[in-house]
Amino acid sequence: MSARPPRSPAPIPFPATHQNIRHDSAPLHVAGTARYVDDMPEPPGLLHVALGQSAKAHARILSMDLSAVRTYPGVVAVLTAADIPGMNDVGPVVADDPIFAESLVEYVGQSLFAVAATTRIAARAAARLAKVTYEELPAIISIADARATDSHILPPKRVERGDPLGTLSTSPHRLSGNLAMGGQDHFYLEGQISMAIPGEDGDMHVLCSTQHPSEVQHLVARALGRPDNHVVVEVRRMGGGFGGKETQASLFAAVAALVADRTGRPAKLRLDRDDDMVMTGKRHDFEVAYDVGFDDQGRILALDIILESRCGMSTDLSGAINDRAIFHADNCYYLANVRITSYRYKTHTVSNTAFRGFGGPQGMLAIEGVVDDIAHHLGLDPLSVRRANLYGGPDRNLTPYGMKVEDFIADGLLDRLESTSSYQARRTAIAAFNAASPVLKRGIALTPVKFGISFTTSFLNQAGALIQVYSDGSVLLNHGGTEMGQGLYTKVAQVVADVFGIGLDRVRITATRTDKVPNTSATAASAGADLNGMASFNAARTIRDRLSAFIAARWGIEPSALRFANGKVMASDNIISFDDLVRQAYLARVSLSATGFYATPKIDVDKETLIGRPFYYFAYGAAVSEVVIDTLTGETKLLAVDILHDCGTSLNPVLDRGQVEGAYVQGMGWLTMEELVFDAAGRLRTHAPSTYKIPGCGDIPDHFKVDLVNQPNQEETIHRSKAVGEPPFMLAISAYHAIKAAVAASGGNGPVKLDAPATPERVLMAVRARQAGAGA
Amino acid sequence: MADCVRFVHRGQVVTLSDVPPTRTVLDYLREDRGRRGTKEGCNEGDCGACTIVLGTRVGVLGVTEAESIQYRAVNACILFVTALDGKELVTVEDLAGPDGTLHPIQQAMVDHHGSQCGFCTPGFVMSLFALYHTEADPDRPRIDAALAGNLCRCTGYRPIVDAARAMGRAPDTYTAQMTETLALLRSIERHETLSHPGGTAFAPATSDQLADLLLAHPDATIVAGGTDVGLWVTKQMRDLGTIIHIGGISDLAGITHTNGQINIGATATVTDAAEILSRLYPDLGELFRRYGSEQVRNSATLGGNIANGSPIGDSMPALIALGSTLVLRRGGVTREMPLQDFFLSYRKTALQPGEFVAAIRVPEPSADRLFACYKISKRFDQDISAVMAGFGLTLKDGIVTEARLAFGGMAGTPKRASRAEAALIGRPFDATSAKEAAAALAQDFQPLTDMRASADYRLVTAGNLILKWQMEQALPATATRVPAFARAIGGAA
Repeated sequence: MSARPPRSPAPIPFPATHQNIRHDSAPLHVAGTARYVDDMPEPPGLLHVALGQSAKAHARILSMDLSAVRTYPGVVAVLTAADIPGMNDVGPVVADDPIFAESLVEYVGQSLFAVAATTRIAARAAARLAKVTYEELPAIISIADARATDSHILPPKRVERGDPLGTLSTSPHRLSGNLAMGGQDHFYLEGQISMAIPGEDGDMHVLCSTQHPSEVQHLVARALGRPDNHVVVEVRRMGGGFGGKETQASLFAAVAALVADRTGRPAKLRLDRDDDMVMTGKRHDFEVAYDVGFDDQGRILALDIILESRCGMSTDLSGAINDRAIFHADNCYYLANVRITSYRYKTHTVSNTAFRGFGGPQGMLAIEGVVDDIAHHLGLDPLSVRRANLYGGPDRNLTPYGMKVEDFIADGLLDRLESTSSYQARRTAIAAFNAASPVLKRGIALTPVKFGISFTTSFLNQAGALIQVYSDGSVLLNHGGTEMGQGLYTKVAQVVADVFGIGLDRVRITATRTDKVPNTSATAASAGADLNGMASFNAARTIRDRLSAFIAARWGIEPSALRFANGKVMASDNIISFDDLVRQAYLARVSLSATGFYATPKIDVDKETLIGRPFYYFAYGAAVSEVVIDTLTGETKLLAVDILHDCGTSLNPVLDRGQVEGAYVQGMGWLTMEELVFDAAGRLRTHAPSTYKIPGCGDIPDHFKVDLVNQPNQEETIHRSKAVGEPPFMLAISAYHAIKAAVAASGGNGPVKLDAPATPERVLMAVRARQAGAGA
Repeated sequence: MADCVRFVHRGQVVTLSDVPPTRTVLDYLREDRGRRGTKEGCNEGDCGACTIVLGTRVGVLGVTEAESIQYRAVNACILFVTALDGKELVTVEDLAGPDGTLHPIQQAMVDHHGSQCGFCTPGFVMSLFALYHTEADPDRPRIDAALAGNLCRCTGYRPIVDAARAMGRAPDTYTAQMTETLALLRSIERHETLSHPGGTAFAPATSDQLADLLLAHPDATIVAGGTDVGLWVTKQMRDLGTIIHIGGISDLAGITHTNGQINIGATATVTDAAEILSRLYPDLGELFRRYGSEQVRNSATLGGNIANGSPIGDSMPALIALGSTLVLRRGGVTREMPLQDFFLSYRKTALQPGEFVAAIRVPEPSADRLFACYKISKRFDQDISAVMAGFGLTLKDGIVTEARLAFGGMAGTPKRASRAEAALIGRPFDATSAKEAAAALAQDFQPLTDMRASADYRLVTAGNLILKWQMEQALPATATRVPAFARAIGGAA
């Protein structure tokens, strides 16, 4: 094996911000030398851990015989709830997520016990040998089950404005409908993993693939029954997260730590893919019912909409996720008279969790479905109905939750994209094609996105950073954000390099650790660069101010006259290299280490009524998708995609483009092929890539055009950039509506009934329903 | 008998004598060798994160100058270590130069931003490495096919495709050192049975050795490509008992085209079988392109797909519709039987104890026969079919004299639709007879509802495929299939 690090020199631009700079780990990724948790050298004596799982969705545990597990060759320890010194829970908001079930199981796959063995295979084999007897209880699996039994994990919430019910009855047109949309597995390529290494005197060091090291730290400490200061959680990188490692990593970290604590040996818990898919939460599936009143142009006069979600067996983040669904049930549209009701159901299935968009996609798909139905009802181009409903002007800028939309640009994006994508010409060509094509039908759709940026739980909008400048002038950067592939580390390093006016190669990016920056929020809500970029900027500024004061005094000038650029510090005739300045400052006993902090301004929302300003700003985008469907088989193919997306003035356009493309494709998977199938007994039948299909290379059209809107954020974000992780996910709603347009072309008229994901089966049945309706 | 696995790695012969026969190459690399560049994503051969490349000596064996090394991507997670025997192993850590200089593929991936989280990246790099060594200037369809077995959840693939287009084909160290590597591969060629020290695993080198071994161990599990059996170990943690690994039997891997039929040896890989079958039957080419992934096709054998007896094997309905036969052998006795009679019930076949599939015989096309096949799945590439259809008709003066309508996913075995066939025989193949044949399927099949599709969808679609086929005959100029590759706006459909 090559002992040398991969060599792939890249130019070092000054300044780095707004430049196309590659991901800092790219050369390591391609050489196979980027280390993930399972690639770390294994400490001597390492134990491998596996979990015993519930076979029932809802049952009382009558007995659990673990004797065969304990005596299996290689097994060193078996832990159950009774072996937990602290609290048997890893719930992030509400304590309803037991580490090990005690007397009740509430989903198939729920953790019952842990077995630690000298090899991974022995641990997994032993875990299957438990003899558990259950007394089965009635299981609530589906949204329909939960609705029928009034099974709520949280109380319903409602946002209402104007007179929706009254206006409905007086509207020129009125339509009601419903839509079901499936959940989604994250399918991060690296499964959940933690390795816990016990230290002296109760210390615990946990290497964990998580988006939320601080929360893992706190929950591990709570399970161990120790203060937080005994536990360090470290994450250099994840092999993908997408929200699936925000709360879901805690259980596995806690178990690894409990085993390590109990045995005094390091312990690693890595889930097999099938277990990962069965045991971890997913995107919430939703059912939507609406009643809408509108005028001849399709402008919505009143809307009464109900959002019902399957939350699973525990609370997890379901409150905030369903809140965000409400906050996005307007998307880009002004709803004068509106009532949005949200039900959060408890079911005996795995507890659903954060997933890119965090309820936003579900809310947005709901309103886009309403708009599309209106257009088909009136026989109008859906784009004209979308336009008729856009926010705009002083009397049409208030969201249902009372936040003023002050930065609206979706109208301009629609105009520009309609033109650059030749939307109208293609619509005409498609109509001609469809008229002559008996089997294949094509469809096109243009949909906008408006996505609110900030954690809607306001206190989470804070971040910290720690920057150390060493006496040779090299910089060590640490902040609370985590790297899951999105390029956060690169972006923040660009910001820091520019504060000091040094090359990016002088800024060393290091693993996120809870002992460097404490009490951090999850890297989530797309806010990683906004929060950590600004906190790191502030830390770097603190050190630069000290350096400035030092050298300005020496040169006898004002600090404000100094410029930090190209590795040098300059003021009129004076010049010194950054490295020399640092060395001299060190000798002069100037502190070269600083923390930085940032708290997002302006936000404030009532968490009960949801009225207020939950978001600092909105990110916008628009997409055109074109598809073809086979009306005999229901197969679909995405033919072309055109995207225009708003990243403010992008910190790093090439990384942002990567986020836009990846998010679109992930969203397209959610809406077209990724199908979670639970059977009546609550067992997930699609628990591996053999049965759960995420998009592959061949699903991506050659025509996949992405343009970024290079326009400064109105708000004072870091270098006026905008968050990019989640918003483009919802651009894929255009692909789903293009399929609906193609289904509409197969015959019949009126709204197209098509639930998501639009699998070949659903598409074929939708086509048949329309053709049957047309024939009748 | 040999008792150790030998392969070439980084210019040296590696000898393994104490690795358990069901140890996977992935676990061997990561855990035994500490080479952790190759990743585990799914442990079942569906995500490609574990992709490695195996080099095989090909060409005119014995004529040194005509030999070369064929590099093919395979999934290490479900590949047993025995399969390395006689091959050259290449993993992601092997590509960069001694000073750390990246391989052109790796550099292209960096330059085009082809990695985000990076976890799938080593697998993509290895699939591209195999492509680099097989295809001078791959077009988009070829790139898609090469990458269909690699899942990426971050990038949306566009930058990886760009990297594949830009990687070029400058000679690399593997090309430069081919002569030396060939010499090493020649030095480890094996003619005798490989026997694991425990006496529970064998890898014969000839079909005669296999015939004898199977008589002695009739209960042995036969492993060819291992793309299904691998999962019995990694997912079900099954004890396979005695194993006979047949992947190294060269006289069962041959493919010949004589006397009006194509004779495919049972251990020919799907990749090799597809090459000739696609030329003769374009629809089969399309089917094989969507059969598993490149990694799976490079390991899997047509013989294994059949002998395994699975009701959802993609190739069977098509091969049945073509009137293919099987050559079975037990000891010194061979017999031939129609493929359709081989499947008795769910995962039960006509194989006698000690008997094995030696070859598949597929008739060549003829002017009076029509053939088509269709695969319906949730995802276009690398998915298991919900419905698989293979259709064959013989026509005389416009009248159907023989009909073979075979389906997968509709019953416990791949099965012909005899009522539907009867509806066509003696009549012209037109919209009326097609409609009646489609309607008759309800008497032929009572399909299941499962995670792939409902019974209703399966039945409707199966019937629609007959209608579609008829329409394709009547309106050959009309586009009736969703295109495999969407190249540009409007151009594809």
